[in-house]
Amino acid sequence: MTTPTLPSSAGSRFKSLPVISHLRMSSGLQRGMLVAGLVLCAVFILSALLAPLLAPFGFAQSSDASGDFPRQAAPDAKFLWGTTSTGYDVFSRTLFGAQTAIWVILAAVVMSLFIGVLLGLISGYLGGWFDRIMVVLADAIYAFPSLLLAIVMSIVISQGQSSLFGGIMAAAISITVVFIPQYFRVVRAEVMRLKAEPFVESAQVIGASPWRVMFTHLLRNATRTLPLIFTLNATEALLTLAGLGFLGFGIEPTAASEWGYDLNRAMSDATSGIWWTGMFPGLAIVLTVMGLTLVGESMNDLNDPRLRRFSRKKAKRITQSAQAGASK
Amino acid sequence: MTITSPPGQEVSPIAAPKAKSQGGGFLRYLITRFLLIIPTVFILITVVFFLMRVTGDPITAAMGGRLTPDQLAARIHEAGYDRPMLIQYFEYLGQIFTGDLGRTLSDNRAVTEVLTTYGAATLELAINAVIVALLVGIPLGLVAAKFRDRYPDAILRILAILGYATPVFFAGLILKLVFGVWLGWLPISGRADWETELTLTGLQSPSGIYWLDALRSGNMEAFWNVAMHALLPALALGLLTGGVFLRLVRTNAIGTLGREYVEAGRSRGVSEFRLTTKHAYRPALIPIITVMGLQIAMLLGGAVLTETTFEWSGLGFKLAEYLTARDFVAVQGIVVLLAIIVAVTNFIVDVVAALIDPRVRY
Repeated sequence: MTTPTLPSSAGSRFKSLPVISHLRMSSGLQRGMLVAGLVLCAVFILSALLAPLLAPFGFAQSSDASGDFPRQAAPDAKFLWGTTSTGYDVFSRTLFGAQTAIWVILAAVVMSLFIGVLLGLISGYLGGWFDRIMVVLADAIYAFPSLLLAIVMSIVISQGQSSLFGGIMAAAISITVVFIPQYFRVVRAEVMRLKAEPFVESAQVIGASPWRVMFTHLLRNATRTLPLIFTLNATEALLTLAGLGFLGFGIEPTAASEWGYDLNRAMSDATSGIWWTGMFPGLAIVLTVMGLTLVGESMNDLNDPRLRRFSRKKAKRITQSAQAGASK
Repeated sequence: MTITSPPGQEVSPIAAPKAKSQGGGFLRYLITRFLLIIPTVFILITVVFFLMRVTGDPITAAMGGRLTPDQLAARIHEAGYDRPMLIQYFEYLGQIFTGDLGRTLSDNRAVTEVLTTYGAATLELAINAVIVALLVGIPLGLVAAKFRDRYPDAILRILAILGYATPVFFAGLILKLVFGVWLGWLPISGRADWETELTLTGLQSPSGIYWLDALRSGNMEAFWNVAMHALLPALALGLLTGGVFLRLVRTNAIGTLGREYVEAGRSRGVSEFRLTTKHAYRPALIPIITVMGLQIAMLLGGAVLTETTFEWSGLGFKLAEYLTARDFVAVQGIVVLLAIIVAVTNFIVDVVAALIDPRVRY
């Protein structure tokens, strides 16, 4: 094995960043999957960032200087991906949809990460009645269909319809409630395991307060697996947002563009053979979820030495360096 | 909808009653596990009740704007929504125990009647989808395991991710476009033609599951009609779950294919096909039963979307309708029923898993 060295220079620190280190580790098919996932994610993020520059029209624009846009027009030179039944440009709406999606994903994951990790730490470390109640509650919520819970939450938060910020927050909070139990379970299980480790005990012996033990000693160690859960939950957040939008519980079409809502509208178009209103927002969801899943999956496989695959060259190098190390 | 179940989910103190399996071990496990349904359902009912009431009473939500403030206040008082929340809560709990979930606000039907009428349709959809998922997931999972890390495996894994990444309503849209509109092979909405529907609901003591009713009455024409209608929704929902099964069978079969007894079989001259389909396959099935239980929750969530996509008049379709009408009494009733279904299914799955694999019982 290669001798473990401390990350000394900026270069090696960069190389040990989650995604970068995984990319370096991978080979063959696994690398292909990881790269494909990263490319899809990059396209998603770029279209969200550059939507105002790239989109020819606004997401709720149904007319310009030359008059009203045609309704349900097939794709042509002016409307690259056609127009919807309300005269919106599908291409522009799909691009702006990435913006909405990214806001909701970030808000949902950050909020659930924060609350879930905090509750997991406290519950796992302190134990007792608080822990019991939290576990029963988390299990009950975890077992429940997440979409239904999100629906109930969105009723609570916004009575179902809302503005841009309100809509994004409503969707994000609805999703957060569903996710908290997942982070909670993972962090709690890790904390329970780490609690018995010598380094925690020694911290307790020298008189560190419970808060100090939790936040300086346990937090860093218990959150190792989280990047993985992040990508998985990002996909789930996106799918839940689309599901809510599809059922009419998303964001008003004039406040922001949302893929699920557009698909809902496209359903009746499909019966008369109009494919472009649904196909593009749908493909946008599929490709984004695929990208995130591929990245998450590959990272999962690469973290697990039993699933990791080496190229022949690399395997040879490792065995050689191991032999060299052994002969020294 | 997690693909990889988050680590740490097996560490759950309430799900692991420590009972030594000696003699009456199974009975004890059965009882403990059964009793655990109660807190789960109770918590969900409580959470849903208070969440739905935090923002106001159902009558204002449903009728607000359509009635004058005086009329509204009179209706609220009549229904008892102006009393303290706790009293309403205990009354609701009492009602649930006597099997009464109130009446819907938008069309004034008993919620229990709505549940029994549309529940069968959802059950039918769920059964069809599970059949599709098993037919797709198990054989393809075995193929992927057999050809691990080679092209068939890579293609199947990507297909499985694609299955997960496609929302059911988008899959439904594509299926409708291709098979319903462009090819014109299959109907794109509803559970059956209206004549068939009339015949089937007119039967004596119908089960509400159309293909079962059609088979029982020996009406093959009706069965064919129902089957044609059921195909696209079952595919849309089943492929989503099928992707999950595929991955699961693959992982487990890879584990069992590497075992000594499979190697021993190979050295005795057992054919590769038989090794895969018999020796490695059986033990790989056990985890599927457990995961099927977890999938029920996802399946019900998916059913809401599938039913809306195909206008399949089941619980999910009605739920979406009641949501649009802001009829929160009905919504609450449906959500409570679904919570009970999920809890009971998880119980049954755990018991079946314990019957198959005694180690689960602890």
